[in-house]
Formats: sequence, C-alpha cells, structure tokens
Amino acid sequence: MKKRLVLPFLRRSPSFYILAVFFGLFVLFLYGPMITIFILSLQGPDGTLTFPVRSFGFYWLGQVFQEQRVGNFVEPFQRSLILGGIVTVLTATMAVLSAMAFRAKFRGSTVLFYLTIASLIVPSILISLGLGVMFQVMGWSTNWLTSGLGAHLTWTLPIAFLIMLGIFNRFNPTYEEAANDLGAGDTRTFSEIVLPLIAPSLVGVGLLTFTLSYDEFTRTSLVSGQYNTLPLEIFGMTTNVTSPALYAVGTLTTLFSFSLIAIAYTVYRRL
Amino acid sequence: MSNSPSLKRVRECVCRDDAKRIRRGAPQEKSFLFHDLVVAKSWNLLKPYVLASPQAIALSLFLIFPILLIGVVSFWEFNGYTMTPAFTLDNYISVFTSDVTLKTYLNTFKFVGLVWTFTLLIGYPVAYFLSFHVPKLRWQVLLFLVCTIPFWTSNIIRMISWLPLLGKQGLVNQILLGSGIIDQPLEFLLYSDFAVVLGMVHLYVIFMIAPIFNSLMRIDRTLITAAEDMGASGFGVFREVILPLSAPGIAIGSIFIVTLVMGEFITVRLMGGGQVASVGKLIQTQIGSLQYPLAAANAIVLLMVTLTVVFSILRVVNIRKEL
Repeated sequence: MKKRLVLPFLRRSPSFYILAVFFGLFVLFLYGPMITIFILSLQGPDGTLTFPVRSFGFYWLGQVFQEQRVGNFVEPFQRSLILGGIVTVLTATMAVLSAMAFRAKFRGSTVLFYLTIASLIVPSILISLGLGVMFQVMGWSTNWLTSGLGAHLTWTLPIAFLIMLGIFNRFNPTYEEAANDLGAGDTRTFSEIVLPLIAPSLVGVGLLTFTLSYDEFTRTSLVSGQYNTLPLEIFGMTTNVTSPALYAVGTLTTLFSFSLIAIAYTVYRRL
Repeated sequence: MSNSPSLKRVRECVCRDDAKRIRRGAPQEKSFLFHDLVVAKSWNLLKPYVLASPQAIALSLFLIFPILLIGVVSFWEFNGYTMTPAFTLDNYISVFTSDVTLKTYLNTFKFVGLVWTFTLLIGYPVAYFLSFHVPKLRWQVLLFLVCTIPFWTSNIIRMISWLPLLGKQGLVNQILLGSGIIDQPLEFLLYSDFAVVLGMVHLYVIFMIAPIFNSLMRIDRTLITAAEDMGASGFGVFREVILPLSAPGIAIGSIFIVTLVMGEFITVRLMGGGQVASVGKLIQTQIGSLQYPLAAANAIVLLMVTLTVVFSILRVVNIRKEL
C-alpha cells in the first residue's frame, strides 16, 4: 500500500516520455538561437552574418576590442559596469531593509507590497516615458547615471525584494531574539548575526541584480541621454553592423552574464 | 522585536516593579528603565517604517511621480516643438479620433492574445513536467534553473540570436531549400508578425512557467492519490484537481504576459522590422518626435486598458493565497 502512494509520480508513463521530449525541445528553443550566434562569432576574417561557417577562428572576438568603425564597446561596457555596481548596492540595501521590515505587519505594508509588484509589471514604455517627462519638466537632461539609474531601480528593486522576502521567510528569528536578550542592539544584531547568516544569499541576489541591470534595455532605452550603456550600444549596432563582430559582442556579453549567474546560483544558499 | 515573547515578559516585570516602587513613594529616577523601554517600544513600532522607507522613497520617485507626471502632461499643449502647461483634452481627442489608434490597439491585442496562448501552451506542459514527472527535488530545482538562466541575460542578444536563423539566407530557409521542401525562401520568417510573436514567446515564456511551476509544486500530492483511489482517470485528476489548483499560477503568469506585451516596443521594432505596429512603438515614435503630451495621453490610455485586463483576470481568479 505504501508503495502505491509514492509510485504514481515515479512510474514512467507514456506521458512522461512525451513531456520529456517536449521539455527537451523547449530547452533547445530556449538555447538554440544563442548557440547559433556563438558558432557564428567563432569565424575567421571571411565570416559573414549567416551560415555556412567558412572558417573557424577568434578573429571577430578580437575585433570587439579594436576601435570600431560603427561603435566602441569599451566605454559603454565600463558605463554598464559602473551603473550595475551602483544599482546593485542600492537595490541590495533597500531590499534587505524592506524585507526585514515586512517581517512585522505595519500600516501601509500592503500598499508598499503592491507598489513594488506594480513596479515589476508596469508596461516598460511607461517608465521610460515617465522618467523622460519628469526630467523634461524639471529641466534636467537625461543621463545614464541619473535617469538611467532610476529606470534600472524600478526593474531590479522588485525582483531583489521578492527574493529577499523568500530568504527572510526561511530565516529563524530566534537567533535575533537570542542576541537581543543577550544585550545586543539592533545594529549589532544585524551586523553580527543576521548579515553573516544571509551573506551567501545576499551575494547571490547581488549578482543577479547586477546582471539584470547590466542587461537592462527597454526601461533605459529612451532615458539614457547622450551616452549609451552596453545593451543600447548593441541595439544601435543591429541596424548598421554587417559583420560577425555583432555576434562576437553578443557572445562575450552573454558569457559574462552566464558566469555571473553561475556564481550567483552556486553561492545562493537556502537558510 | 516588539513581538518577542521574552522581551514582552521583561517589560511586564519591569512595569510591575516600577509601579510598585512608585506606589511605595520610591525616588522617581529609579524608573529610568521604564523610560528606556518606552523609547525602545516606540522605536520598535517605528522600525518597520524606517526600514521600508528607502524602497518606498525610490519607488515614489521613479515610479509614482513619473506616472503622475504623465497624467498631468497628457493635458498639456504641444505647439510643434515644445510642450506648455495647459488644460486641454486635444491629446485625448486625437488619440480617440485617429483611426491609427484603433488599428494599433487591435494589432497589440492580437500580439497579447497570440503570445499568451503560446506561452501558456508551452509553459504549462513544461511546468507540469518539472513538478510531476521529475522525481527528485534536486533535479526539479536544477531543471527549473536551466529554464530561468536566459531570463537573466540580455534581451537584445536573445533577439539578435534569431537573425541568422530566420533571415532570408538564414539557417531555416537554407535547410528547407536544401531539402527541396520549398523552392523560394520563406519571407515571413523575419520582419513579420510571426517573428514578433516568436521573439516575445521566447523572451517571456519564463514569466508563465515560474508562477505555474510554483503553484503546481504547492499542490498536496495526497489529493491526487485520493482522487485516483476514488477512481478518477489520469485526465480526470488533471481536470478536477490539478488544473483548478494551478489556476492562480496561470493568472499570475497571464498578468505578466499581458503587461509585458502591451507595452512592448523593442521586440516589435527589432523582429518586426519597421512595418509592424504596436501601442508601445506608437508611443516611442511620438517621444522620438518630442510630442510628449500626445505620447502621454496614449500612455494613460494604454495604462487604463492594461489595468482593466489585469483587474478582469483578478476577478476571475483569486491569486491572494499565492502571494
């Protein structure tokens, strides 16, 4: 009898095989296109934007770091790194603080929760337009570091906040109470008890926030001002670059994101 | 921690002590402990607000205020090169009287409908497979992570990745031509509605998978055993137990898809190649020509339409227990 309780989920029914094939095709759909540009970026100097691959080599990957006719990647890359760093620090700080606040019920917590969700699901054109109008009305000029920062925060903050809520849901409050009873103040309890315990998860959240910011495009696209972040620069390239250098940039920046995600998933630990 | 039981007990003892001392006529300064606790208590009451305020301020500044300004500016005048404060309904009138508006909205709804259908048809089986057919939690989490990884990478690169596959000289056309299935390259593969829907499904399907996976994982497995023991068929279990219990997940996924696709302009531009229209792209074009008031009026209409759809979904399905 006991066996029968468990088995229905482990039994390999025909539907298992159908769904397994479906899942495999889905993963191919998800990663297949990316793999094609990886292959096409590994071509020799005679490579083109389409198949077949004429010769293999690292020519185009090297070209990315050369001075380009159509754009320069080094500076946008630096901008994206700086912006990503600032966004990560701000987002992680705010998300940790508010997730700690949400452990107690307080007036307005529901409003703030739905506001955060709204920030996640609001059509992105509204953020771009709204920040653009705000800067226009205030007479400020849009810039990747100001209006761009605001646009990024509306995207990274809700995601980091939701993950932090999950982390603090699993966090055992008795540790803090013990620290409190032993006479530690709030600051000391946080720095000596809470922070070390959540540190691995926090690093994971930070890295994911960084990749979100590093790859953000839609919300920033209309408010980045004169200088482009990396995704905007790449978008600009799509219209005027006709060499595999485009794919090479895509490959490099995707590998960069992949390694951050890999580290994030590795260090992220369930409490 | 105002809720900490130990702290509460300490507070009660001290209060009782202080009260006793005061009754006895003991010196008042002895009650400094009581005063400290009052401070501590008010700090504990205040703490959540202090902790939550940075996030509240950031969202007010970068979300609420800009959207309120869109509302204000939508009533302003535009004189050809700049906007001036006024109160005019002209922007809304031109939004509602232009036949471009209706056509664009219909086209956008078409995208929403198609993308929603395909993300659901793909997302549900994937989530179902992960939660019911993958045996160990370790593997479930691992395979789910495999599905989420592309979400963290660049949307632009993910769209560009389709170009060498779908173009006129792309891989798909080469294979089809080479195998003799077609003798003319298929034109509709890229820079078409097809490409736009494909691109959006590719980008956003994870927003459908994650909430459905979440609600499927929460289903108490004994319910299914119970249904089977009472003679329900495999499909019966799915229709009567699994589907109703995963409805909140479907609803949350649908809200994501609707809001993401309603405001879309990047995929439409990159994969649609200029011919395809959507509300987001219309607004973007108006911003490009600095017609902020008109763009704002369009954006407010877009927001209202989106909110209507979202609230309709919320009326049909109660998602509260998922949050």
